[in-house]
Amino acid sequence: MMAFYFSRLVEIFPFFLKGLWMTTQIAFISLFTCTILGFILGILRSGKNKIIKRLIGVYVSFVRGTPFVVQVFIVFFILPEWGIQLKAFPAALLAMAIMGSAFICEIVAGGINAISKGQWEAGTASGLTLIQQLRLVVIPQAMKVILPPLVGQYVLLIKDTSVVSVIGVMELTRVGWVTVVRIPEGLMVFSLVGALYFVISYPLILLSNYLERRMAV
Amino acid sequence: MLADFNFRIIFEYLPLFLTGLRSTFFISGVSIMLALVTGTIACACRISSIKMLKYPAIAYIEVIRSTPLLVQIYFLYFGLPTLGIRVPEIQTGIIALMLNSGAYIAEIIRAGITSVDDGQIEAGVSSGLNYFQRMRFIILPQALGATVPPLLGQSIVLVKDSALLSLISVMELTRCGQTMTSERFMPTEAFLTVAFFYMCIYFCLKSLADWSQKKLIFREAY
Repeated sequence: MMAFYFSRLVEIFPFFLKGLWMTTQIAFISLFTCTILGFILGILRSGKNKIIKRLIGVYVSFVRGTPFVVQVFIVFFILPEWGIQLKAFPAALLAMAIMGSAFICEIVAGGINAISKGQWEAGTASGLTLIQQLRLVVIPQAMKVILPPLVGQYVLLIKDTSVVSVIGVMELTRVGWVTVVRIPEGLMVFSLVGALYFVISYPLILLSNYLERRMAV
Repeated sequence: MLADFNFRIIFEYLPLFLTGLRSTFFISGVSIMLALVTGTIACACRISSIKMLKYPAIAYIEVIRSTPLLVQIYFLYFGLPTLGIRVPEIQTGIIALMLNSGAYIAEIIRAGITSVDDGQIEAGVSSGLNYFQRMRFIILPQALGATVPPLLGQSIVLVKDSALLSLISVMELTRCGQTMTSERFMPTEAFLTVAFFYMCIYFCLKSLADWSQKKLIFREAY
Protein backbone atom coordinates (compact mmCIF):
# COMPACT_ATOMS: atom_id res chain seq x y z
CA MET A 1 0.00 0.00 0.00
CA MET A 2 2.82 2.29 0.98
CA ALA A 3 4.49 1.92 -2.42
CA PHE A 4 1.19 2.56 -4.20
CA TYR A 5 0.65 5.79 -2.26
CA PHE A 6 4.22 6.79 -2.89
CA SER A 7 3.79 6.46 -6.65
CA ARG A 8 0.55 8.45 -6.41
CA LEU A 9 2.43 11.12 -4.52
CA VAL A 10 5.11 11.24 -7.22
CA GLU A 11 2.33 11.56 -9.80
CA ILE A 12 0.84 14.65 -8.19
CA PHE A 13 4.18 16.21 -7.31
CA PRO A 14 3.65 19.09 -9.82
CA PHE A 15 0.70 20.09 -7.67
CA PHE A 16 3.10 20.53 -4.75
CA LEU A 17 5.43 22.60 -6.88
CA LYS A 18 2.50 24.89 -7.68
CA GLY A 19 1.87 25.24 -3.96
CA LEU A 20 5.54 25.97 -3.41
CA TRP A 21 5.39 28.67 -6.07
CA MET A 22 2.35 30.23 -4.36
CA THR A 23 4.13 30.16 -1.00
CA THR A 24 7.19 31.78 -2.54
CA GLN A 25 5.05 34.46 -4.14
CA ILE A 26 3.25 35.31 -0.89
CA ALA A 27 6.53 35.21 1.00
CA PHE A 28 8.38 37.50 -1.40
CA ILE A 29 5.62 40.05 -1.81
CA SER A 30 5.06 40.25 1.92
CA LEU A 31 8.78 40.36 2.77
CA PHE A 32 9.06 43.31 0.41
CA THR A 33 6.03 45.24 1.70
CA CYS A 34 6.74 44.39 5.33
CA THR A 35 10.31 45.64 5.05
CA ILE A 36 9.26 48.97 3.53
CA LEU A 37 6.34 49.50 5.91
CA GLY A 38 8.36 48.25 8.86
CA PHE A 39 11.19 50.69 8.16
CA ILE A 40 8.82 53.65 7.77
CA LEU A 41 6.95 52.78 10.98
CA GLY A 42 10.16 52.01 12.84
CA ILE A 43 11.70 55.37 11.91
CA LEU A 44 8.52 57.16 13.00
CA ARG A 45 8.43 55.14 16.22
CA SER A 46 11.96 56.15 17.14
CA GLY A 47 11.16 59.78 16.32
CA LYS A 48 10.00 62.58 18.55
CA ASN A 49 6.26 62.89 17.82
CA LYS A 50 4.55 61.48 20.93
CA ILE A 51 1.12 60.91 19.34
CA ILE A 52 2.50 58.98 16.38
CA LYS A 53 4.70 56.96 18.73
CA ARG A 54 1.74 56.01 20.89
CA LEU A 55 -0.43 55.08 17.91
CA ILE A 56 2.26 52.84 16.49
CA GLY A 57 2.76 51.39 19.97
CA VAL A 58 -0.91 50.40 20.19
CA TYR A 59 -0.76 48.85 16.73
CA VAL A 60 2.38 46.90 17.56
CA SER A 61 0.97 45.58 20.85
CA PHE A 62 -2.21 44.51 19.12
CA VAL A 63 -0.26 42.55 16.51
CA ARG A 64 2.19 41.05 19.00
CA GLY A 65 -0.54 40.23 21.49
CA THR A 66 -2.83 38.25 19.23
CA PRO A 67 -2.19 35.05 17.27
CA PHE A 68 -1.67 35.40 13.54
CA VAL A 69 -4.60 33.06 12.81
CA VAL A 70 -6.92 35.44 14.64
CA GLN A 71 -5.53 38.35 12.62
CA VAL A 72 -6.13 36.42 9.41
CA PHE A 73 -9.72 35.75 10.48
CA ILE A 74 -10.19 39.41 11.39
CA VAL A 75 -8.97 40.54 7.96
CA PHE A 76 -10.89 37.91 6.08
CA PHE A 77 -14.20 37.92 7.98
CA ILE A 78 -14.51 41.39 9.48
CA LEU A 79 -13.44 43.62 6.60
CA PRO A 80 -16.35 42.40 4.42
CA GLU A 81 -18.72 43.46 7.24
CA TRP A 82 -17.34 46.94 6.83
CA GLY A 83 -17.84 46.85 3.09
CA ILE A 84 -14.33 45.86 2.02
CA GLN A 85 -14.56 42.66 0.01
CA LEU A 86 -11.25 40.92 -0.45
CA LYS A 87 -10.43 37.68 -2.22
CA ALA A 88 -8.36 35.15 -0.31
CA PHE A 89 -5.03 36.04 -1.94
CA PRO A 90 -5.11 39.83 -1.31
CA ALA A 91 -6.54 39.20 2.15
CA ALA A 92 -3.59 36.92 2.88
CA LEU A 93 -1.14 39.55 1.65
CA LEU A 94 -2.85 42.23 3.74
CA ALA A 95 -2.76 40.09 6.88
CA MET A 96 0.91 39.29 6.28
CA ALA A 97 1.70 42.98 5.74
CA ILE A 98 -0.08 43.99 8.96
CA MET A 99 1.66 41.30 10.98
CA GLY A 100 5.14 41.51 9.52
CA SER A 101 5.45 45.28 9.48
CA ALA A 102 4.70 45.47 13.22
CA PHE A 103 7.50 43.06 14.05
CA ILE A 104 9.97 44.70 11.66
CA CYS A 105 8.98 48.12 13.03
CA GLU A 106 10.11 47.04 16.51
CA ILE A 107 13.40 45.69 15.16
CA VAL A 108 14.12 48.91 13.24
CA ALA A 109 13.13 51.16 16.14
CA GLY A 110 15.36 49.12 18.45
CA GLY A 111 18.27 49.49 16.04
CA ILE A 112 17.84 53.24 15.66
CA ASN A 113 17.48 53.76 19.41
CA ALA A 114 20.76 51.91 19.91
CA ILE A 115 22.60 54.71 18.07
CA SER A 116 23.88 57.36 20.45
CA LYS A 117 22.48 60.90 20.47
CA GLY A 118 25.91 62.24 19.59
CA GLN A 119 25.63 60.84 16.08
CA TRP A 120 22.45 62.81 15.43
CA GLU A 121 23.99 65.92 16.91
CA ALA A 122 27.09 65.50 14.77
CA GLY A 123 24.79 65.24 11.77
CA THR A 124 22.99 68.44 12.73
CA ALA A 125 26.31 70.17 13.31
CA SER A 126 27.49 69.17 9.83
CA GLY A 127 24.38 70.82 8.42
CA LEU A 128 22.63 67.66 7.28
CA THR A 129 18.83 67.68 7.07
CA LEU A 130 16.85 65.17 9.10
CA ILE A 131 16.45 62.84 6.13
CA GLN A 132 20.15 63.04 5.34
CA GLN A 133 21.05 62.34 8.96
CA LEU A 134 18.90 59.23 8.84
CA ARG A 135 20.10 58.05 5.47
CA LEU A 136 23.80 58.85 5.76
CA VAL A 137 24.58 58.63 9.46
CA VAL A 138 22.07 56.72 11.54
CA ILE A 139 20.66 53.94 9.35
CA PRO A 140 24.03 52.66 8.09
CA GLN A 141 25.18 52.22 11.70
CA ALA A 142 21.83 50.90 12.92
CA MET A 143 21.91 48.30 10.12
CA LYS A 144 24.47 46.33 12.15
CA VAL A 145 21.94 45.90 14.93
CA ILE A 146 18.95 45.52 12.64
CA LEU A 147 20.19 42.98 10.10
CA PRO A 148 20.55 39.75 12.13
CA PRO A 149 17.08 39.87 13.75
CA LEU A 150 15.60 41.11 10.47
CA VAL A 151 16.73 38.00 8.61
CA GLY A 152 15.45 35.92 11.53
CA GLN A 153 12.12 37.66 11.17
CA TYR A 154 12.10 36.83 7.44
CA VAL A 155 12.33 33.14 8.35
CA LEU A 156 9.37 33.55 10.71
CA LEU A 157 7.41 35.36 7.99
CA ILE A 158 8.03 32.57 5.49
CA LYS A 159 6.84 30.02 8.02
CA ASP A 160 3.81 32.12 8.91
CA THR A 161 2.64 32.02 5.29
CA SER A 162 1.45 28.50 6.13
CA VAL A 163 -1.27 30.02 8.32
CA VAL A 164 -3.01 31.75 5.41
CA SER A 165 -3.97 28.28 4.18
CA VAL A 166 -6.92 28.57 6.60
CA ILE A 167 -8.70 31.01 4.31
CA GLY A 168 -8.20 28.75 1.34
CA VAL A 169 -5.14 30.17 -0.38
CA MET A 170 -3.71 27.27 -2.37
CA GLU A 171 -0.21 27.38 -0.94
CA LEU A 172 2.02 24.56 0.18
CA THR A 173 0.29 23.67 3.45
CA ARG A 174 -3.12 23.82 1.83
CA VAL A 175 -1.89 21.53 -0.95
CA GLY A 176 -0.76 19.04 1.70
CA TRP A 177 -4.10 19.33 3.45
CA VAL A 178 -6.02 18.69 0.24
CA THR A 179 -3.73 15.82 -0.75
CA VAL A 180 -3.95 14.00 2.56
CA VAL A 181 -7.66 13.46 1.95
CA ARG A 182 -6.90 11.48 -1.18
CA ILE A 183 -3.63 9.90 -0.10
CA PRO A 184 -4.17 8.95 3.54
CA GLU A 185 -0.47 8.78 4.40
CA GLY A 186 -0.11 11.78 6.71
CA LEU A 187 3.53 11.17 7.53
CA MET A 188 4.56 10.94 3.88
CA VAL A 189 2.53 13.91 2.63
CA PHE A 190 3.53 16.29 5.39
CA SER A 191 7.16 15.16 5.34
CA LEU A 192 7.16 16.28 1.73
CA VAL A 193 5.51 19.59 2.62
CA GLY A 194 7.98 20.08 5.48
CA ALA A 195 10.92 19.28 3.21
CA LEU A 196 9.79 21.89 0.70
CA TYR A 197 9.53 24.52 3.45
CA PHE A 198 12.96 23.45 4.65
CA VAL A 199 14.35 24.16 1.20
CA ILE A 200 13.21 27.80 1.33
CA SER A 201 13.79 28.65 4.95
CA TYR A 202 16.97 26.80 5.86
CA PRO A 203 19.29 28.95 3.70
CA LEU A 204 17.84 32.01 5.42
CA ILE A 205 18.43 30.46 8.86
CA LEU A 206 22.05 29.83 7.90
CA LEU A 207 22.32 33.43 6.67
CA SER A 208 20.89 34.73 9.93
CA ASN A 209 23.33 32.61 11.98
CA TYR A 210 26.19 33.91 9.84
CA LEU A 211 25.11 37.54 10.21
CA GLU A 212 24.76 37.10 13.96
CA ARG A 213 28.35 35.92 14.16
CA ARG A 214 29.61 38.61 11.76
CA MET A 215 27.84 41.49 13.46
CA ALA A 216 28.49 40.36 17.02
CA VAL A 217 31.88 42.09 17.13
CA MET B 1 -18.34 50.48 11.41
CA LEU B 2 -18.52 49.43 15.02
CA ALA B 3 -21.78 51.29 15.60
CA ASP B 4 -23.82 48.09 15.63
CA PHE B 5 -21.35 46.19 17.77
CA ASN B 6 -23.51 43.70 19.65
CA PHE B 7 -22.43 43.29 23.27
CA ARG B 8 -25.43 41.16 24.17
CA ILE B 9 -24.32 38.31 21.99
CA ILE B 10 -20.89 38.42 23.62
CA PHE B 11 -22.45 38.08 27.05
CA GLU B 12 -24.57 35.24 25.78
CA TYR B 13 -21.45 33.44 24.56
CA LEU B 14 -19.30 34.40 27.53
CA PRO B 15 -19.46 30.95 29.21
CA LEU B 16 -18.21 29.41 25.97
CA PHE B 17 -15.36 31.91 25.76
CA LEU B 18 -14.42 31.25 29.37
CA THR B 19 -14.21 27.49 28.81
CA GLY B 20 -12.12 28.27 25.72
CA LEU B 21 -9.88 30.52 27.78
CA ARG B 22 -9.47 27.82 30.41
CA SER B 23 -8.60 25.32 27.70
CA THR B 24 -6.02 27.69 26.22
CA PHE B 25 -4.48 28.14 29.68
CA PHE B 26 -4.41 24.39 30.23
CA ILE B 27 -2.89 23.61 26.82
CA SER B 28 -0.27 26.34 27.07
CA GLY B 29 0.63 25.50 30.66
CA VAL B 30 1.06 21.79 30.06
CA SER B 31 2.92 22.38 26.77
CA ILE B 32 5.39 24.87 28.22
CA MET B 33 6.21 22.50 31.11
CA LEU B 34 6.75 19.58 28.74
CA ALA B 35 8.68 21.83 26.34
CA LEU B 36 11.02 22.87 29.14
CA VAL B 37 11.82 19.22 29.80
CA THR B 38 12.24 18.45 26.09
CA GLY B 39 14.31 21.57 25.56
CA THR B 40 16.62 20.84 28.46
CA ILE B 41 17.21 17.30 27.24
CA ALA B 42 17.72 18.43 23.65
CA CYS B 43 20.12 21.12 24.79
CA ALA B 44 22.08 18.66 26.94
CA CYS B 45 22.40 16.39 23.91
CA ARG B 46 23.26 19.31 21.64
CA ILE B 47 26.21 20.48 23.75
CA SER B 48 27.46 17.02 24.63
CA SER B 49 30.56 15.73 22.87
CA ILE B 50 29.02 12.32 22.16
CA LYS B 51 28.22 12.24 18.45
CA MET B 52 25.35 9.78 18.87
CA LEU B 53 23.54 12.40 20.95
CA LYS B 54 24.80 15.57 19.32
CA TYR B 55 23.81 15.01 15.70
CA PRO B 56 20.25 13.79 16.31
CA ALA B 57 19.74 16.83 18.57
CA ILE B 58 21.04 19.17 15.85
CA ALA B 59 18.77 17.51 13.28
CA TYR B 60 15.76 17.82 15.59
CA ILE B 61 16.37 21.49 16.35
CA GLU B 62 17.05 22.51 12.75
CA VAL B 63 14.12 20.59 11.29
CA ILE B 64 11.70 22.11 13.80
CA ARG B 65 13.07 25.59 13.31
CA SER B 66 12.85 25.53 9.54
CA THR B 67 9.33 24.15 9.11
CA PRO B 68 6.09 25.90 10.07
CA LEU B 69 4.28 24.84 13.22
CA LEU B 70 1.09 24.27 11.26
CA VAL B 71 2.84 21.66 9.10
CA GLN B 72 4.15 19.97 12.25
CA ILE B 73 0.65 19.91 13.73
CA TYR B 74 -0.82 18.41 10.55
CA PHE B 75 2.09 15.96 10.36
CA LEU B 76 1.15 14.56 13.76
CA TYR B 77 -2.60 14.93 13.29
CA PHE B 78 -2.71 13.05 9.99
CA GLY B 79 0.43 11.00 10.61
CA LEU B 80 -0.15 9.40 14.00
CA PRO B 81 -3.27 7.48 12.90
CA THR B 82 -1.35 5.93 9.99
CA LEU B 83 1.10 4.59 12.58
CA GLY B 84 -1.84 3.10 14.42
CA ILE B 85 -1.69 5.63 17.26
CA ARG B 86 -5.08 7.13 18.00
CA VAL B 87 -5.09 9.92 20.57
CA PRO B 88 -7.53 12.79 21.08
CA GLU B 89 -6.82 16.00 19.14
CA ILE B 90 -5.88 17.89 22.27
CA GLN B 91 -3.06 15.46 23.02
CA THR B 92 -1.81 15.62 19.45
CA GLY B 93 -1.82 19.38 19.78
CA ILE B 94 0.08 19.37 23.06
CA ILE B 95 2.69 17.00 21.61
CA ALA B 96 3.11 19.29 18.60
CA LEU B 97 3.49 22.40 20.74
CA MET B 98 5.88 20.56 23.06
CA LEU B 99 8.14 19.42 20.22
CA ASN B 100 8.03 22.85 18.56
CA SER B 101 8.79 24.92 21.63
CA GLY B 102 11.27 22.33 22.87
CA ALA B 103 13.57 23.07 19.94
CA TYR B 104 13.45 26.83 20.53
CA ILE B 105 13.94 26.39 24.28
CA ALA B 106 16.95 24.17 23.63
CA GLU B 107 18.53 27.02 21.66
CA ILE B 108 17.64 29.57 24.37
CA ILE B 109 19.24 27.43 27.08
CA ARG B 110 22.28 26.78 24.92
CA ALA B 111 22.72 30.51 24.31
CA GLY B 112 22.46 31.04 28.07
CA ILE B 113 25.09 28.42 28.83
CA THR B 114 27.51 29.53 26.14
CA SER B 115 27.11 33.14 27.34
CA VAL B 116 29.05 32.18 30.47
CA ASP B 117 32.68 33.07 29.94
CA ASP B 118 35.19 30.21 29.56
CA GLY B 119 37.33 31.76 32.28
CA GLN B 120 34.56 31.13 34.78
CA ILE B 121 34.58 27.44 33.97
CA GLU B 122 38.36 27.29 34.14
CA ALA B 123 38.23 29.00 37.52
CA GLY B 124 35.78 26.32 38.63
CA VAL B 125 38.06 23.57 37.36
CA SER B 126 41.07 24.99 39.14
CA SER B 127 39.07 25.33 42.35
CA GLY B 128 38.58 21.57 42.18
CA LEU B 129 34.85 21.59 41.49
CA ASN B 130 33.55 18.63 39.50
CA TYR B 131 31.23 18.95 36.49
CA PHE B 132 27.98 18.98 38.46
CA GLN B 133 29.31 21.39 41.05
CA ARG B 134 30.47 23.74 38.30
CA MET B 135 27.04 23.54 36.69
CA ARG B 136 25.28 24.07 40.01
CA PHE B 137 27.40 26.89 41.47
CA ILE B 138 28.95 28.70 38.53
CA ILE B 139 27.28 28.18 35.17
CA LEU B 140 23.57 27.86 35.96
CA PRO B 141 23.23 30.88 38.28
CA GLN B 142 24.74 33.08 35.58
CA ALA B 143 22.99 31.40 32.69
CA LEU B 144 19.62 31.86 34.38
CA GLY B 145 19.86 35.62 33.95
CA ALA B 146 20.33 35.15 30.22
CA THR B 147 17.61 32.54 29.81
CA VAL B 148 14.61 33.51 31.94
CA PRO B 149 13.50 36.59 29.93
CA PRO B 150 13.69 34.80 26.54
CA LEU B 151 11.93 31.78 28.06
CA LEU B 152 9.05 34.02 29.09
CA GLY B 153 9.12 35.42 25.56
CA GLN B 154 8.87 31.88 24.24
CA SER B 155 5.87 31.22 26.49
CA ILE B 156 4.14 34.25 24.93
CA VAL B 157 4.82 32.75 21.51
CA LEU B 158 3.50 29.40 22.70
CA VAL B 159 0.21 30.86 23.92
CA LYS B 160 -0.26 32.49 20.51
CA ASP B 161 0.78 29.30 18.74
CA SER B 162 -1.83 27.33 20.65
CA ALA B 163 -4.41 29.18 18.52
CA LEU B 164 -3.35 26.97 15.61
CA LEU B 165 -4.79 23.98 17.44
CA SER B 166 -8.23 25.35 16.56
CA LEU B 167 -7.52 24.06 13.04
CA ILE B 168 -7.48 20.45 14.27
CA SER B 169 -10.72 21.18 16.15
CA VAL B 170 -9.34 21.50 19.65
CA MET B 171 -11.92 23.49 21.59
CA GLU B 172 -9.79 26.44 22.66
CA LEU B 173 -10.20 30.21 22.52
CA THR B 174 -9.90 30.70 18.76
CA ARG B 175 -12.15 27.72 18.10
CA CYS B 176 -14.81 29.40 20.26
CA GLY B 177 -14.65 32.40 17.96
CA GLN B 178 -15.06 30.12 14.96
CA THR B 179 -18.00 28.36 16.62
CA MET B 180 -19.73 31.65 17.36
CA THR B 181 -19.11 32.83 13.80
CA SER B 182 -20.61 29.72 12.31
CA GLU B 183 -23.63 29.70 14.65
CA ARG B 184 -24.57 33.37 14.58
CA PHE B 185 -22.44 34.79 11.79
CA MET B 186 -21.11 37.65 13.85
CA PRO B 187 -17.40 37.53 13.04
CA THR B 188 -16.69 41.06 14.29
CA GLU B 189 -17.92 40.35 17.81
CA ALA B 190 -16.47 36.85 17.86
CA PHE B 191 -12.93 37.54 16.74
CA LEU B 192 -12.50 40.88 18.48
CA THR B 193 -13.51 39.18 21.76
CA VAL B 194 -11.02 36.39 21.08
CA ALA B 195 -8.35 38.99 20.31
CA PHE B 196 -9.19 40.81 23.54
CA PHE B 197 -8.65 37.69 25.65
CA TYR B 198 -5.33 36.98 23.95
CA MET B 199 -4.26 40.57 24.56
CA CYS B 200 -4.99 40.13 28.28
CA ILE B 201 -2.78 37.04 28.47
CA TYR B 202 -0.12 38.82 26.40
CA PHE B 203 0.03 41.85 28.69
CA CYS B 204 0.31 39.71 31.84
CA LEU B 205 3.15 37.65 30.40
CA LYS B 206 4.81 40.68 28.83
CA SER B 207 4.95 42.59 32.10
CA LEU B 208 6.30 39.47 33.81
CA ALA B 209 9.01 39.22 31.14
CA ASP B 210 9.90 42.92 31.45
CA TRP B 211 9.99 42.65 35.24
CA SER B 212 12.26 39.60 35.17
CA GLN B 213 14.57 41.35 32.75
CA LYS B 214 14.85 44.39 35.03
CA LYS B 215 15.45 42.19 38.08
CA LEU B 216 18.12 40.17 36.37
CA ILE B 217 19.95 43.17 34.98
CA PHE B 218 19.92 44.57 38.50
CA ARG B 219 21.57 41.38 39.71
CA GLU B 220 24.17 41.51 36.99
CA ALA B 221 25.31 44.92 38.23
CA TYR B 222 26.73 43.35 41.38
